[in-house]
Amino acid sequence: MARRIIHDHNHDGIDRRGFLECMAWAGTGALCVLSGGVLKSFALTDAVETAKAASGGLSFVQISDSHIGFNKPANPDVAATLRAAIDKINALPVRPAFVLHTGDITQLSKPEEFDTAAQLLRGLKTDQIFYVPGEHDVLDGTGQMFRERFGKRAMGNGWYSFEAKGVHFIGLVNVVNMKAGGLGNLGGEQLEWLEDDLKNVSNETPIVVFAHIPLWAVYPEWGWGTDDSGKALALMKRFGSVTVLNGHIHQTMRKVEGNVTFHTAMSTAFPQPAPGTPGASPGPMAVPADQLRGVLGITDVNFVRGKQALAVTDSTLAASAEATTHSMEMQP
Amino acid sequence: MRTSLFLFVLCAANLMALAAPSAGFATQNSTSGNEKTYTITIKDFEFSPKNLEIPAGSKVVWVNKDDEPHKVLEVNKAFTSQALDSNDSFSFEFRTPGKFEYYCTLHPRMTGKIVVHEK
Repeated sequence: MARRIIHDHNHDGIDRRGFLECMAWAGTGALCVLSGGVLKSFALTDAVETAKAASGGLSFVQISDSHIGFNKPANPDVAATLRAAIDKINALPVRPAFVLHTGDITQLSKPEEFDTAAQLLRGLKTDQIFYVPGEHDVLDGTGQMFRERFGKRAMGNGWYSFEAKGVHFIGLVNVVNMKAGGLGNLGGEQLEWLEDDLKNVSNETPIVVFAHIPLWAVYPEWGWGTDDSGKALALMKRFGSVTVLNGHIHQTMRKVEGNVTFHTAMSTAFPQPAPGTPGASPGPMAVPADQLRGVLGITDVNFVRGKQALAVTDSTLAASAEATTHSMEMQP
Repeated sequence: MRTSLFLFVLCAANLMALAAPSAGFATQNSTSGNEKTYTITIKDFEFSPKNLEIPAGSKVVWVNKDDEPHKVLEVNKAFTSQALDSNDSFSFEFRTPGKFEYYCTLHPRMTGKIVVHEK
């Protein structure tokens, strides 16, 4: 089932033919692994592979963009699709150690929306949920309501780090104090904290960064990028493996740049158009009701200790969902 | 009966006195001739019109016609809206001349400008 991809015309470690082939599987459910520059794909129904990959390692899940409170035609029942995502996570062959929610938990930062989300997410079979806010969660201007519920122990506007099984996780906030005409914003205070946070982390430690807006320029014309992400990434150049997990764009996209693998997750609420789609804008996109769950999903991440590989698996909420996996080995 | 009539007249006079300042203010605005309400439509992640020139004393209403919420903020915080869900609106009266640049705090690529002239 595994496929070896050998076309690296740009000498950047990305086989575009293989990458596109793999991307074509995304949403219908394939498993692709980028390991040591070799992209392999598996059917995600091959749950045994996933279970093997996680044994002795670390398994966690990313969900994003639940938009609780949204009720427009693109998805009149976002609570139901979040429940479906929770059910899918609870049915995974390996119980995730924790879940990351990469923001836009709510649609309008209303207390009742936060409460509904919290109540639903209590149904997750996992030890802990880590959150970072999306721009929809900080509509009170400061994000205080978000932090009161989901970021009590966080620093500043909600950033923090933690360790799990030898992996250093960093939750960043790039949705506060965004400047007119600009993109996502980390800000000087957070960057100073990040530099300090990384001081005592060894080069060999795998790093996982999670934030709402992509930390790479997916499509700046639609605001899909972060103005000062380059400063954050510069602080991580010395590390062998950096994985960046984002939401915001409601679709899976991936990019590998040196030691950094960027990955965006599907939403649990509604899809958005592919970047630059003619005549489209970066808002909710209605699809036929029977196709909706095929464009919503979760991201399952497995870290295999010893192999130092981090496999990122996307799977949709559709009943017949398979999945797409990508894995990145550490640079020597 | 006489007492009741007296109280009624007294209450009516008080109500008129209370109403007078606001009624006078509204009348003053509507009779000067320059004041007008302008509408900026938010659609497809754009303010339309993006640039607007108005005389002082005018009111501007932003109306969100997207399925996505937006929130208007002037760069120097001269005005800020609440989060505007679909079909929500926000209005602001520009009493003094000046240049006001604003953007959407959720989607900061969305920007607009209002230039307010003397009456």
